Amino acid sequence: MTEKEESVKLLGFWASPFSRRVEMALKLKGVPYEYLEEDLPNKTPLLLELNPLHKKVPVLVHNDKILLESHLILEYIDQIWKKNPILPQDPYEKAMARFWAKFIDEQILTLGFRSLVKAEKGREVAIEETREMLMFLEKEVTGKDFFGGKTIGFLDMIAGSMIPFCLARLWEGMGIDMIPGEKFPELNRWIKTLEEVEAVRGCIPPRDKQIERMTKIAETIRSA
Amino acid sequence: MATEDVKLIGSWASVYVMRARIALHLKSISYEFLQETFGSKSELLLKSNPVHKKMPVLIHADKPVCESNIIVQYIDEAWNSSGPSILPSHPYDRAIARFWAAYIDDQWFISLRSILTAQGEEEKKAAIAQVEERTELLEKAFNDCSKGKPFFNGDHIGYLDIALGSFLGWWRVVELDANHKFLDETKTPSLAKWAERFCDDPTVKPIMPEITKLAEFARKLFPKPQA
Repeated sequence: MTEKEESVKLLGFWASPFSRRVEMALKLKGVPYEYLEEDLPNKTPLLLELNPLHKKVPVLVHNDKILLESHLILEYIDQIWKKNPILPQDPYEKAMARFWAKFIDEQILTLGFRSLVKAEKGREVAIEETREMLMFLEKEVTGKDFFGGKTIGFLDMIAGSMIPFCLARLWEGMGIDMIPGEKFPELNRWIKTLEEVEAVRGCIPPRDKQIERMTKIAETIRSA
Repeated sequence: MATEDVKLIGSWASVYVMRARIALHLKSISYEFLQETFGSKSELLLKSNPVHKKMPVLIHADKPVCESNIIVQYIDEAWNSSGPSILPSHPYDRAIARFWAAYIDDQWFISLRSILTAQGEEEKKAAIAQVEERTELLEKAFNDCSKGKPFFNGDHIGYLDIALGSFLGWWRVVELDANHKFLDETKTPSLAKWAERFCDDPTVKPIMPEITKLAEFARKLFPKPQA
């Protein structure tokens, strides 16, 4: 198979778990790409042109095709570039990966971010509710190096970009130890393993900068 | 492939359950339909979907699959050698179909639902306007995806047809409730024709709920505030 003239561009944002996970996939598969950093909240005309409906990152442009939504982009990347597959082959395993991915970006993100910050029923309750959800993931990764099994996969990228490298910074800023080692030994082990993966290492937002940013967003939510 | 043990936990009125049923019909898969009683959740449901405790749940050879769109994709992949393909074959077309399916669930349906939950005329009017706007996008998406063919997926019903088509019963109920037509030959010519085709399809017709029955059920779910 000959190497065609391929053009891959990614519009992203340093703090966005959604664009960071796409970078992980591109790096893992050795896909050369041009990265265009958005200076959010100032959206470039390019972003608005490529994603007029949602006006959000990430946007992947592959030759003349525009891809939106991080989960869809990851699946697309996996189907086009076959090296280091990130989705399981087995239909049931695939369904489970998709299920947990949705769970992370919906339930975990809502409870672990907005609900926690607003803490309408009190901080302790919010922490408990978040931990209850995280316990599902603790079980999922038990006995495995990665959610994907022996190698890093789709779910690792989604969970990794969202939890340790994004939400955990918020929790740190709030002085919360959300996933203590004694309650979540498997998740903690998984985080350490993940941080050793080369494709991941370059996609972790700078810690202090991320804590500062998440804390600021929390303040905005609280005062809304 | 032998008929394996396939069960579906659901209810006649649920849009999301309907999606799973259409997919099963497309693939000619026999299944046991386990209907939930309104107002309570069975032990099997709670056990099979401990995370969300919601239907539909597909149980295939004792393994549960949850979330309607995930179930539809699973059915397409697990039975990929039988029946038509539900997802498009090209990765880009697949991404487009999934994109619009997500839009339908995350945005379009939210505005449709807010018509039923609207408090007062002003709120209702605003919700109606929003549905009009969002439906226009779906009309365009249909023209782009179908490329002149009868369905979003082309020659036969596919993922995106199922995603939107499963709402047609409820959509009609909302139209009647709001006294406003969304799907019509002048505003949404492509979708209006597609809707008829979809409802007439043999995989859909037997399971599309009766509108009067659905409207009655809607009144239970969304009781009108006492004047």
